[in-house]
Formats: sequence, C-alpha cells, structure tokens
Amino acid sequence: MTAPLYELLKTTGFIYLTPGMVIMWCIGLVLIYLAIKKQYEPLLLLPIGFGILLANLPLSGLMEPEHGLLWKFYEYGIHWEIIPPLIFLGIGAFTDFGPMLANPRLIFLGAGAQAGVYLTFFAAQAMGYNIMEAATIGIIGGADGPTTIFLASKLAPQLLGACAVAAYSYMAMVPIIQPPIMRMMTTPGERKIRMRKGRQVSKLEKLLFPIISTFLIILLVPASAPLISMLMLGNLFREAQVVERLKLAAQNELMNIVTIFLGVPIGATMNAQVFLQPKVLLIFALGLCAFMASTITGILLAKIMNLFSKTKLNPLLGAAGVSAVPMAARVVHKVGMEADKKNYLLMYAMGPNVAGVIGTVIAAGIFMTLLGT
Amino acid sequence: MATEVLAPLPGKIVRLNLEEGKTVEEDIEIMVIEAMKMETSVYAPCSGLVEKVTKKIGDEVEEDELIAVIS
Repeated sequence: MTAPLYELLKTTGFIYLTPGMVIMWCIGLVLIYLAIKKQYEPLLLLPIGFGILLANLPLSGLMEPEHGLLWKFYEYGIHWEIIPPLIFLGIGAFTDFGPMLANPRLIFLGAGAQAGVYLTFFAAQAMGYNIMEAATIGIIGGADGPTTIFLASKLAPQLLGACAVAAYSYMAMVPIIQPPIMRMMTTPGERKIRMRKGRQVSKLEKLLFPIISTFLIILLVPASAPLISMLMLGNLFREAQVVERLKLAAQNELMNIVTIFLGVPIGATMNAQVFLQPKVLLIFALGLCAFMASTITGILLAKIMNLFSKTKLNPLLGAAGVSAVPMAARVVHKVGMEADKKNYLLMYAMGPNVAGVIGTVIAAGIFMTLLGT
Repeated sequence: MATEVLAPLPGKIVRLNLEEGKTVEEDIEIMVIEAMKMETSVYAPCSGLVEKVTKKIGDEVEEDELIAVIS
C-alpha cells in the first residue's frame, strides 16, 4: 500500500527539498518584498527574486543545460553577451552627456570613483579569490549592474548571481550608504561650495560626442567594445533627433523586454548549492566595501583637484562618480542642500555620474584585456 | 532695485508660490522644480514685491531662465 504511494511521491519535488532550498526561498522572498514594498530596484530585484524561487524547486529542470527554459535565457541572453549590451543601448538613449561636456573636468571624478573597483580587486585577491573572481567582485564598486553582469559572465559565471544581486541591492541603497561617508569626508564649508555655471553645450558637440568617444574608447580599450558601442549607438539615436522611433524603442520597449529576460535567469543561477557558500556570501561584504571605497576615492580626488585649481569644486560631486544614475547625483544634491539650501548640485553631479558609467565600462574592459579573455 | 529669479536647474515647475503684486520674504520657498524625478525647492533670493511672474505651474524651464522679478 505504501510502496505505490512512495513511487508517486518520488515523481513530485517534495522529497528532494533541502534546507538550503528553503533558505534560498527566503532570500528570494526577501528580494521580492524589498522590490515591492521598499521599491528597491523593483525592475530587477523582482524578477531576480522570482528566479531564485524557481532555481530552488527540485526536478523543475528549468536550469538544465541544453533543455531548461531559464538555461536558454541565460545561455543565449547573458552568456552570449546579448542582453547587457542591449541594456546599454537603452541607457545610451536615456543619457544626456551634456552636464559632463559642460564641465569636462568633472570627467576625472567619474574616473576617480573607479579606484574602489581596483582596491576591492586587490582586497578580494588577498582574501583568496582567484584573479577572475576578484575582478568580478571589484567591479561591483562601479555600481553598474549590466557591466557587473557582463564581466561576471565572462570571468566568473559561478559568482554572477551574487555579484548582480549585490550590485543592484547596493545601487538601491545608495541613499543610505553614501551620505554618512560624504558627511564624514567633507567639512560643512566644503559642502557649501557653489559650483560655477558650466558653458553652453552645442547640439553639434552632443552629436559628435558618441561618435568620437566610440572611436577613442574602443581604440584604447578594445575589450570594452560590446558595451561602449551600444551605449554610444543609443546616445547617437538620442542626439541625432531624426530617429525618434528608434530612440524610444531602445529606451522603452526593448529595454523592458530585455530586462525581463535579464532578471529571471540571473536569479535562476542562484541555487542553494552554488550560493550558500561562505565564499559567495562574502561577496556582499566585499561589494559593500567596494562601494564605500569608490565613494571615498571620488571625494578625495575632488579635494585633490581643489588643491591645484582656482575654481573650487564641491567635493561632494566626487561621490557621484559611482555610476548609479541618477541616484548618486540625487544624493549629492540632497547632501549639498542640507548644508546650504540654495546650493543646487544636481546637474553638476550628473557630469561625474554619467562619466562614471563610461569609467566602469572601461575598468571592466581593462580587466578583460589583462585577464586575457 | 529689481532682482531676477532665475531657474537654478532645468526641470518642470510643479509648485509656484509667487503672485504678481504680492510680497515675499527672503528664504521662503517660492517654487518647486522637478528634475531627475526629484523635487527641489527654490527659495526667494530677497524680500520684496513680486513685480512679474513669467512662468506657471507645469512649465518646463531651462537653467537660468527668468521666472520672476522681485523688487
């Protein structure tokens, strides 16, 4: 009597459940909760959270190589490097590089914040991660989701889920993580520094920017080509002003579609066996350090630039060098206004912010070049 | 002497507490501009009589665009 019942039970998933799976459900549910209730990066954390649930249901075969549905999304979307560059196409179509061009020295701040990437890279290596994994963990400090995913899929696919979740969670927590560091690193006097108006940026400059930077960056760091090319193509759609339909498609329809196919398989890489290891969990601590280090180095660089320049920069702008657009710029604006309610830093902060996006892509390209992929 | 109120950043005016012929006090909130999905309060640069208001709620403004004149 019990034997057939047992046979029947064996066809279900119940008896294959492990405590690890249940822990992963909780993690998935927490992400779903944060996405819905707290609106932390809901466009990504919601599908990632659901993907985690799916990855931890036994016998589903969703991630089975060659056959599983989510495996196919992962393989052809992420592993084949299609989705992250398409996201960049959308980001390019959204991004106004005007504030950066108006005040070109702000570009350095976008570069300065990448120091956190390299600091964490060395720290992770010292802690026993191999060089590929260390690079992937370091890039979290750039606070750029698609770049993190892109680099992880090339260098350390086993860490992709954790790195992506760390990157997106910390991006969502920019308004919590950054302000205390920013206040600690600056004096009230520095926070009150008002920025001088940048120059007017002509339409022609904005139009030439994506073309020239494509040449320059790809010649300099060829490995950054997949992301930079799409970012600049999207930006060209925007600035050309004759392909409104393509611009809108890149910004909306295409972006939305690929976002669906990005989040779920990322979550699905996070099964209990792979994820619940000290080495993977430590990524969250290291990612946070990377993020804080980037904030600190960005501010420090702004202060150093002030030593050599007559027109002083507000050092808070350095914190906007992390590429969480536009959250980091908004945070700078808010912290600046706390010190002086008539100090409007938002548009100035967009300069290092968008420069940071390019900076993180270049940092990833340098890793790929040096690590020989 | 007339003081011009200029938009400190580009965006959309979502609140405007200026009326021609009324007086304002320095440092009170005179309008709110929405930029980058964030609301930023703008405060009166000086006390005085509002002579002219050139913009209304819902208008998109560029940086440094004239919004009002206070005398």
